[in-house]
Amino acid sequence: MKAATKLKATEERLEEIRKAAIENASPTGITQPGAGTPLAQNVGSYYGLPALKAPVWTWQVPLYFFLGGIAGVSACLAFIAQSFRSNPALIRTSLWAALLGAAICPVLLIADLGRPARFLNMLRVFKLRSAMSLGAWILAAFSGCAFVAVFCFELLLRGFTNPLLTSLLWLAEASAAVAGLLLGSYTAVLIGATAIPVWSENRKLLPAHFLTSGLGCSAAILEFAGFLIPATQILGFAASGIETVIEIFLEVRKRPVDAPLHHGRSGTTLRIAGLLEGPAALLLRVFWGSVPAGRYAAASCFLIGALLSRYAWIWAGRASASDPNALFHLQRKA
Amino acid sequence: MPISAFLTDASLCIGCKACEVACKEWNQIPDDGFVWSGQSYDNTRALGASTWRHVLFLEQKQPMGSQLASIGEPFRWQFLSDVCKHCANAGCLEACPTGSIVRTEVGSVFVQPDICNGCGYCVVSCPFGVIDKRPEDGRAFKCTFCYDRQKAGLVPACAKACPTESIQFGDLEELKQRGKSRVQDLQRRGYHDAQIYNPQETSVGGIHAFFVILGEPEAYNLPPTPEVPTVYLKSAWTSALVSAAIIVAIVFAAFAI
Repeated sequence: MKAATKLKATEERLEEIRKAAIENASPTGITQPGAGTPLAQNVGSYYGLPALKAPVWTWQVPLYFFLGGIAGVSACLAFIAQSFRSNPALIRTSLWAALLGAAICPVLLIADLGRPARFLNMLRVFKLRSAMSLGAWILAAFSGCAFVAVFCFELLLRGFTNPLLTSLLWLAEASAAVAGLLLGSYTAVLIGATAIPVWSENRKLLPAHFLTSGLGCSAAILEFAGFLIPATQILGFAASGIETVIEIFLEVRKRPVDAPLHHGRSGTTLRIAGLLEGPAALLLRVFWGSVPAGRYAAASCFLIGALLSRYAWIWAGRASASDPNALFHLQRKA
Repeated sequence: MPISAFLTDASLCIGCKACEVACKEWNQIPDDGFVWSGQSYDNTRALGASTWRHVLFLEQKQPMGSQLASIGEPFRWQFLSDVCKHCANAGCLEACPTGSIVRTEVGSVFVQPDICNGCGYCVVSCPFGVIDKRPEDGRAFKCTFCYDRQKAGLVPACAKACPTESIQFGDLEELKQRGKSRVQDLQRRGYHDAQIYNPQETSVGGIHAFFVILGEPEAYNLPPTPEVPTVYLKSAWTSALVSAAIIVAIVFAAFAI
């Protein structure tokens, strides 16, 4: 019964449309908001569609940025601690942190590839102009050096005293320290030297941010391993201090290109990350730095903040790529 | 060998999408979804891993030369077949860590599918948002400039299929001249906003697939001043080295005290 009524109404409606079309050359009385052919704005962009492709990197890549930073700066800490004849247990922890990172990082990177079986193609060429190519070589070199360093260190620890072994340890540690600093910073260059505006416009800030994060995290790892010594406290203070300055700088500077750093999922995450890495970790050290609980809390804040920050920067890149107006505004201004 | 080029002329395009179809069929590209965008007759929306020619449909409140629109206010319906620009300094080629992306003897930028491992760095390095990763395949794809056809002495599929010669294929210098005289001709005939889109003054250093457009490039989602991202390397690495030095100094100080 109901269906029949509906059918009748439809037939009447069709007659009405036909009549209107004959009389007015267009079916009047029909308004379909959102349908048909919207007018493109003459200024601006093509229907607001993205003018750039968003990064296709999966969750492994920000995690790699985070772990690579820790591993790299840990190797640097180990080498400098060694040259000051610091506590061997501390050097050992840092070296193992570097090696653990060096073992996990390639797995994460290979998992992100569209064709993981072809990961060795990364070492097919050596290209200075490609931060990705350079990064693959840096990671390979770092992994090798970290392995040799840990191997020599463990041998020496077990009483194998040999001048050749000592020099090899020094060489491996020094090389791992240099490669480690590159590992902790090339990831920032990697995203800084792209067509994504929010990354390329922050290409000078990103390496400082990534390396400082790596420093704070590797000191935090040492604190969690029980080294609540003045050295790790100083490193924690320095890292969270620099991060506080970066956080304030990002908040104060308002550029249209930086919108993804202030709004949306990326903006919220980056703000939380900045607060944890910067002011939160710093204040915890200032007020409760004398008790272990305070230092553990500060170290935790810094680690979580650094991890969140990596994800926030990748998400910011996605948001930036999908905003053609910000891109065109930036290019017209230049 | 001479440098090959595309001259794609928006003032000649009728939006028939023969180029899209010819490209898909010749290159055997998979479909990339059947969606209704609601944006004029453009349901393709953008270039991508499985779309190497894309016809844009612009609806603008502007007069088209001296033509009159019958709807009372100025109006023009504009079409343009977009394609990979085959840049003189190509961001994707510079970024590729495997050497999969190469420059061919005809000056085009070619992705070797047997080398690409799908790292995705070319995707963020293209200042025109052209190349993309095909999720179900894992590798990056874009226009090949019909390298196979060119090797056999044939013109690219899109240019061959184009019914209005909106897509012209030929020698780069010759087509540049043709584009210039076409713009002069259009302007003489009242299309005062006709212009060539070929960013030669930026670090991209010119493109091998350039366009004659009416109006500003932004309306076609073409970046007005694209830069090849390698220009950012120097300042980024400088910052990295300075930061590394500061980190080393801090660690030294921490262990020295």
